[in-house]
Amino acid sequence: MFDCEKVISERARATSPSGIRKFFDLMADMKDVISLTIGQPDFVTPWAIRESGIDSLQKGKTYYTPNAGLPELRAEISGYLKRKYNVSYKPEETLVTVGGSEAIDLAVRAVVDYGDEVIIHSPSFVCYGPLVSLCGGIPVIVSTDEKNEFRVTAEQLREKITPRTKMIILSYPNNPTGAVMRREDLEAIADVVRDTGIVILTDEIYAELTYGGRHCSIASLPGMAERTIYVGGFSKAFAMTGWRLGYACAPLPILKQMLKIHQYTIMCASITSQFAGIDALRNGDEAVASMTAEYDRRRKFILSGLDELQIPCFTPRGAFYVYPNISRFGLKSDDLASKLLYDYGVAVVPGTAFGAGGEGFVRISYAYSVKHITEGLERIGKFAKDSGK
Amino acid sequence: MDKEILTLLENDARLTTKQLAVMLSKEEGDIKKKIEEYEKSGILLAYKALIDWDKTDKEYVSAFIEIKVTPQPDRGFDRVAEKIYNFPEVQSLYLMSGAYDFAVLIEGKTMKEVAYFVARKLAPIDSILSTATHFVLRKYKDKGVIYGAAEVDERGNCL
Repeated sequence: MFDCEKVISERARATSPSGIRKFFDLMADMKDVISLTIGQPDFVTPWAIRESGIDSLQKGKTYYTPNAGLPELRAEISGYLKRKYNVSYKPEETLVTVGGSEAIDLAVRAVVDYGDEVIIHSPSFVCYGPLVSLCGGIPVIVSTDEKNEFRVTAEQLREKITPRTKMIILSYPNNPTGAVMRREDLEAIADVVRDTGIVILTDEIYAELTYGGRHCSIASLPGMAERTIYVGGFSKAFAMTGWRLGYACAPLPILKQMLKIHQYTIMCASITSQFAGIDALRNGDEAVASMTAEYDRRRKFILSGLDELQIPCFTPRGAFYVYPNISRFGLKSDDLASKLLYDYGVAVVPGTAFGAGGEGFVRISYAYSVKHITEGLERIGKFAKDSGK
Repeated sequence: MDKEILTLLENDARLTTKQLAVMLSKEEGDIKKKIEEYEKSGILLAYKALIDWDKTDKEYVSAFIEIKVTPQPDRGFDRVAEKIYNFPEVQSLYLMSGAYDFAVLIEGKTMKEVAYFVARKLAPIDSILSTATHFVLRKYKDKGVIYGAAEVDERGNCL
């Protein structure tokens, strides 16, 4: 019998599995669970965008596109970012990828060498650390503070910068906290990196989903685009998670390297998705505004619900998550999430799934109907009442 | 705020004024006042539940009737419309462009009852020229709500 375990690479073996996978698998087998765990929109891709994709198939567009993406789409990405966030990258400085995920992977692989340090603020999306480690890089974790609305500060970064620091990964609006960065916060960070050889990788996949203020990108600040790899995508903004479409923008020398790797690994993103993406960027503003307005209503609704249950939660202004502080219940995040799931039939994601700094918090998604959220809050309320704390 | 309250209530008539206030960042008192205004002015007409009667043992039949009419001088279609919609059996009444004038949706206990209603009460109305009755075989979607299959969340967790 062939022993597969013997042939697994050290690199693969050393990559830690997602802490939350087991939890989701358990949940899948349970009935009558109100899940508040989902990390993707509950909207269907707007019909006009779907139609563009379908139309391209009907016209027989089923071939490889140029590696970097359809020229039309690259031009639209460039125009869209300029229009929306005053972020300036020329079409030739953009690369169409299979989701924001591939863009992040390419960025890390193009820049991070063995032994390079990459500063990552925590809690944040689970992929950054493992992708850095896979390249032989060293993730340097900075824990963000609830008191500072989970914004990583210039001082915190300055403290962690060493001669081996190659990259800082910023991820705002943030998953899991829903935190956003203001212009002044980003300006302070820009001041720290401006005279260094450090590259910024900014994952702005939730940029469209901000409430009560326009999203500000670090790439729009003076002197930053030339050292910043901007990652964006269609998944969250246009409810196109399954289409697997994203993009990276970077100064040409970096982009060329990312393109080279992309050519070998992926060749090109799906042509159907790319045609749909062109329509999304050109005509999707109204649909985005409508979805964002609905998310905002639910955000207020869920915050009010948690407030009534006296579960403290900082006010998020981005993405579609709330990140309440559950320390009052005297349980670890994992244990609390298990208790909620098994005894009260409501599922939330423990904060520890996003890093050690997540202890004492849980992530609750509001990419669900108000009715669904109401029932979830009721079940959480029962737990809170029974806990007597 | 204006039409937002109406859109939200149209989608879920059971939203409380408190829930609406939270979602729209307004005072509950203002929401109450606005709703009262809408009710008084006939903009907000009713709060109704949508029932899939096919899942119960209720016996009923729905029919869709096309009606051709000679319009009355000076009143157009209004007078005829009033006569038609005053029947409790009439669920919906629309004035249409095209091959016929009125589209009527009625409900009765049996096909015979519906046919009887059309023949004895509807057709004889002054200025009704002709009727064509179609029976509803199955309701798939009504007022934006899909009937039949329970909603299943197929989204996967990808963390």
